[in-house]
Amino acid sequence: MTNTAETISHIDNMDALDSGLSKEFLTIFIDDQMFGIPVLQIQDVLGEQKVTKIPLASSEISGALNLRGRIVTAINVRVKLGLPDLPKDKRRMSVVVEHEHELYSLTIDKVGDVLSLENKYFEQHPATLDKIWKDISSGIYRLDGQLLVVLDVPKLLGNLHESQND
Amino acid sequence: MDELILEFLTETNESLGEVDGQMVELERDPNNIELLSNIFRLVHTIKGTCGFLGLSRLEKVAHHAENVLGKFRDGDLEVTPEYVTLIFESIDRIKMILSELEETGSEPEGDDTALIAKLDAVYEGAAAKEDTPPPPPVEEKKEEKVVGMATEEELEAAFANEKGPDELEAEAKAAEEEAKKAAEAAKKDKANKNNSKAAPKESSVAAQSLRVNVDVLENLMTMVSELVLTRNQLLQILRTQKESEFGTPLQRLNHVVSELQEGVMKTRMQPIGNAWAKLPRIIRDLSIELGKKIDLEMKGKDTELDRQVLDMIKDPLTHMVRNSGDHGIELPEDRVKAGKPETGKIKLEAYHEGGHIIIKISDDGKGLSLDKIKEKAVANGLATEEELETMPSQSIYQFIFKAGFSTAEQVTAVSGRGVGMDVVRTNIEKIGGSIELTSQEGKGSTFTIKIPLTLAIVSALIVESAGERFAIPQLAVRELVMASEQSEYQIEKINNAPVLRLRDHLLPLVSLKNLMKLESPTQNCEVEAEVEEQETSDCTDSEHRYIVVTQVGSYSFGIIVDRVFDTEEIVVKPVSNILKDIEMFSGNTILGDGSVIMILDPAGIAKTTGKSDTSEGADSKKEEDILGSRELEKTTLLLFAAGDKAPKTVPLALVSRLESIKVSDIEYANGQMLIQYRGKLMQLLPFSSDYDVNALEGEDRPVLVFTDNDRAMGLLVDEIIDIVEEHIDVEIAGNSDGIMGSAIISGKATDVIDVGYYIRKNNKDWYKNHGDEAFGSNEEEKRKILLVDDSPFFRNMLTPLLSVAGYDVTTLDSPIAALEMCEKGAQFDVIVSDIEMPEMNGFEFAEKVKSGSNWQQTPMVALTSHATPEDMDRGSSVGFNEYIAKFDRDTLLDTISKTLSQKGGE
Repeated sequence: MTNTAETISHIDNMDALDSGLSKEFLTIFIDDQMFGIPVLQIQDVLGEQKVTKIPLASSEISGALNLRGRIVTAINVRVKLGLPDLPKDKRRMSVVVEHEHELYSLTIDKVGDVLSLENKYFEQHPATLDKIWKDISSGIYRLDGQLLVVLDVPKLLGNLHESQND
Repeated sequence: MDELILEFLTETNESLGEVDGQMVELERDPNNIELLSNIFRLVHTIKGTCGFLGLSRLEKVAHHAENVLGKFRDGDLEVTPEYVTLIFESIDRIKMILSELEETGSEPEGDDTALIAKLDAVYEGAAAKEDTPPPPPVEEKKEEKVVGMATEEELEAAFANEKGPDELEAEAKAAEEEAKKAAEAAKKDKANKNNSKAAPKESSVAAQSLRVNVDVLENLMTMVSELVLTRNQLLQILRTQKESEFGTPLQRLNHVVSELQEGVMKTRMQPIGNAWAKLPRIIRDLSIELGKKIDLEMKGKDTELDRQVLDMIKDPLTHMVRNSGDHGIELPEDRVKAGKPETGKIKLEAYHEGGHIIIKISDDGKGLSLDKIKEKAVANGLATEEELETMPSQSIYQFIFKAGFSTAEQVTAVSGRGVGMDVVRTNIEKIGGSIELTSQEGKGSTFTIKIPLTLAIVSALIVESAGERFAIPQLAVRELVMASEQSEYQIEKINNAPVLRLRDHLLPLVSLKNLMKLESPTQNCEVEAEVEEQETSDCTDSEHRYIVVTQVGSYSFGIIVDRVFDTEEIVVKPVSNILKDIEMFSGNTILGDGSVIMILDPAGIAKTTGKSDTSEGADSKKEEDILGSRELEKTTLLLFAAGDKAPKTVPLALVSRLESIKVSDIEYANGQMLIQYRGKLMQLLPFSSDYDVNALEGEDRPVLVFTDNDRAMGLLVDEIIDIVEEHIDVEIAGNSDGIMGSAIISGKATDVIDVGYYIRKNNKDWYKNHGDEAFGSNEEEKRKILLVDDSPFFRNMLTPLLSVAGYDVTTLDSPIAALEMCEKGAQFDVIVSDIEMPEMNGFEFAEKVKSGSNWQQTPMVALTSHATPEDMDRGSSVGFNEYIAKFDRDTLLDTISKTLSQKGGE
């Protein structure tokens, strides 16, 4: 997408994003758990959108929406994680990512800041983590006071495709 | 001017431009083999094309120039500025001829002998290296010497001393004078030169057309499509605002975008005449080969269509025209006999119609022979004779679009080589088109092809169901029907499966809401209420009024939707990968109002509903098979009413008697309804379990009595309506107990009841009593019967009959399956087989069985609807022990038991 300037995911200094020692993540929150998505994968951040339902699709696919002339498939990450959906009156946000030349909007509770995280805080996820969570994340960052789960977009969407095939 | 020449000019001018540049480079770098081969190839192409187009003068020049270039390339001749000049001269000459050609459309008069002589001299001179030098042409004397004798250095030195090219030319001219035919040649050469001074202006043809990569156009097209969508969006917004300052500019934008769209489309448009160009020749050759007289008439060849589409239909068109000439048009003498003019006529027509291109190919030949198609259809196992008998002839004609179908009796050089109409149909359907055939025997046939103008933008019907909107490609939509209580169209239900009577056909319906598993939002009811005030209270299934009649191939069905909006032009975008598995959608798009909408795929819906119907159906065969299994046999049917409104029917042959009983006579024992009947107790069954017998107090009720030996069972119904003789044509498989399916009988949708079900319902009792009388008095010794019948209807009907009679019944739908089973070593006590079956008939089956299979000793009983003496003779000659008529239930059971006891006695 060309139009990131109008979104909060816009970053001025792209070069600094992925230096050897640290990575930039956009933090998002689902059910009060902090997740991080590598900033470079993010196309857009959206507020509430008008979504067209797609009948017969699996439950985590909440529909399709129009993002400046491109059709984006909306995925409800809460459903994917096996969490109850947010109450209707609660505002939610979406992060648009590209996967295999297609756009997906990941519906989440809210978006936080962009954090630069040093690699030394990275860790594989604990063996006891729920399988659903393991399937969509690539690891954990230890932050002050909380943990950040790295949301692995290709894994999340790839997974979705497989479960469709079953 | 000939289009080919025009194309040639464009191409050649381009090539020549390249050669010019490369020659200059070559002069600087004479040893660059790559450059040399490039130049050689270009000149060679020019030569080749000229020869093809019959431009002999041009060809000659190019040919001789090529010779020399060949020498350079092969290293036989050193590239010198002089030679390069010579080649330049040749190329200038070619250009001169070309420009003349462009202006006048033909090659100019002129003599190139001098130039050719020069070229030849160089060419031969080089050749002379190996051979003794031939008497050198005057002009090249010096070179000859050099080439012949000098070393390379000397040669260079010699050339260094030479005069410049201009002088050389002058000298060459002088030298020519000395040659034999020099005088005249030189004059002409001069004249040519004068010409060529004017000639090398930019070629106007080349300047007028540009070669653009298709990808660029494709990309442009996509962008324009997007623009169109955005415009639609803007217009939609504008419509909602009464007064807007954007109105005027938006109207302007609208026009510009429309024009732009048209313009970009035009870049890809080509007249259909391009695809037709070869046809006259094909027809001419064909008529000579086959000794026919054929006129080809072409109308509307300027009709333009998308190049992509054009490419796709080129071959099918050629094929069909060829077919018309080969199969359609008769020999002159036959035509005269039939009272037609000797010369047959094939007419090709193309025109626009509502966003589509219609192409018609018609001939006034002999038309398609129905009988031949039927024969072939049976031979290929596409349908049984019975099925064909009931089909309208138009549907039979459509068989020719099936794979491997050619009615040509012989394979001629022209057609019948296996590439059939099926390929034609596939190609046309691939681009969203459709093909239809109408034919009249003796009068001719007409193929009508309908194809979209372009593949990029399609028009779609926007519908709504349960508050969700969907797009249905307009191409698949046949018509829209509004059904309501008041109108002539009403949705009828058979076991909750909705159907619609549409012009003497039962149209299966699918509800989009159910299909999409949508839940009707409550507000929908209010919307409905507004729309149809008179129906405010009724907001159930029945309020679905609009039926989109959709056609996929030859299969029609209706989609029930809540509302129909208008049509909109949409750009089909593929659905996301993770949705690819949902067959119902062919894509999605963005509508004028900016919302995303899913595009329904009628083919997918047909497939999906077809499948789900069968899984619910009693028979595991595909729905199409059930739909297709129409029986030829006129069956006497008893029509009666029971339970809901739909009339019911049962073959009369299965019913022993019709009785009328007093409800008050019904007695109850052991929780069962009984009645005293002919001195015995007969069990009574209500038609459906929720039948309230007590409510019938005091009335006379008709009862259908089914008997088996001395046991009897009565089925309590409401009313006997009629006895009719009709084909049973089970069009929709039933999905509930007791109903075999639905058929049109006496013009009404009628449930065909499954007698076996009711008998089975009483099964326990029947069985027990039967067990004593049946042949295998022991459970383990239950006799095994193999029933082979292609019709699911008969299999369903006979199986319960035989099983309640105490047999262990195995059913198969084809003799081939039976033979496979035979090979596997299955054993039966008796085989009951139908005679008329596709693929292999009963006679052939019996022959196979009796000629040394495992079942050689197994008695066989033939079941048929045509029990003529000839058939019976044939039956017994191939090994059938007995030959009995279908529906003759008692005889069937008798015969089987007789046959078995005979076998047992042997």
